[in-house]
Amino acid sequence: MTLALAIDLFLSAMLVGGGLFALIGSYGLLRLPQPMQRLHAPTKATTIGVGAALVVSALDLLPQGAVSWQEILITIFLLLTAPISALFLAKTLLLRHEDPATLPDSGTGRPWATLSDDRPVG
Amino acid sequence: MILPYALLFMIGCICAALILNLIRLFTSPTLTDRILTLDTMTVNALALVILYGIWAGTGLYLEAAILLALTGFVGTVAYCKYLLRGSIIE
Amino acid sequence: MLKRLFPHPYLTLTLVILWFLLVNQWKLGSLVMALILATVIPHLTSAWWPDRPKIRRPFGLAAYALLVLWDVIVANFQVARIVLFMPRDKIRSAWVTVPLDLRAPEAITLLAGTITMTPGTLTADMSACGRALLIHSLHAPDPDAVRDDIKARYEARLKRIFE
Repeated sequence: MTLALAIDLFLSAMLVGGGLFALIGSYGLLRLPQPMQRLHAPTKATTIGVGAALVVSALDLLPQGAVSWQEILITIFLLLTAPISALFLAKTLLLRHEDPATLPDSGTGRPWATLSDDRPVG
Repeated sequence: MILPYALLFMIGCICAALILNLIRLFTSPTLTDRILTLDTMTVNALALVILYGIWAGTGLYLEAAILLALTGFVGTVAYCKYLLRGSIIE
Repeated sequence: MLKRLFPHPYLTLTLVILWFLLVNQWKLGSLVMALILATVIPHLTSAWWPDRPKIRRPFGLAAYALLVLWDVIVANFQVARIVLFMPRDKIRSAWVTVPLDLRAPEAITLLAGTITMTPGTLTADMSACGRALLIHSLHAPDPDAVRDDIKARYEARLKRIFE
């Protein structure tokens, strides 16, 4: 009985925390002034929010002795794809909205890949 | 015991987040911001689907969640590639 | 023979595990289907995998994943504080250049993903020759410290795992 209560408390804490993080991510998207700064809040905080929901979904039936595995698949997929979408969005911002003069030098003698001349233009 | 209340709280949080996203979608200054907002909305909707699955006590909604995650990711990458390269499939 | 049948053993193993996670049940039929997919898919996609990634220490990779997970959770609180309470004109964002010692493409991909998932920093681009990463930091009064932190905390560990 106490174990079931402990699990209940733990899952509730995960839900509350995850919900707050998801809200903060979307609030940051609205509040931060620069386009590159806005990229920071949702990509990570929202992923953490969904991750918390997935953990709760996986462990929800633990007191009855059942654990679901599909949540792990979704978690792995989100953790793998969040950086990739963020990278694509950052490259789009670099190309369209950032002044190349404000970027630091790459230090290798070659320009940054998104802005280099051999970039194929469709 | 207190789990249903926590569940309701998180559903409320996600709904508020989706409303904030909608405001951002209509007031966003750049096109890239709109793509970012759509991506965030997909992830928030994904959370909502999963939470409804917990509420209903069935694992069936997880498959819908997988599909939503897949299409959301592919959509974001396709939008960005279109802005970066001018075409999606080269 | 075994090498021709399974050109990428890690990929095959990952596919078997992923299929079991997807169907969500432990049956013999699922295992047969998983083995068929895990044999066919590496052959169909071999054009995009010319080399086999070398992982020197698989257990080091597991420890690295745990470290990153912990950092993600802890650092999310810092970003939440910046987003909620810091006045807008006090947030000092900065671009940081991180020169890379890593050469393996898989290791660089992992490092870039780690930097993005660790809140406060975000991989924005790579130099055209692949020897440096462009990183945007949300609030960095001292950009050099961010660079040194990334190199010492993540890149050194990845170098030990992959090279």
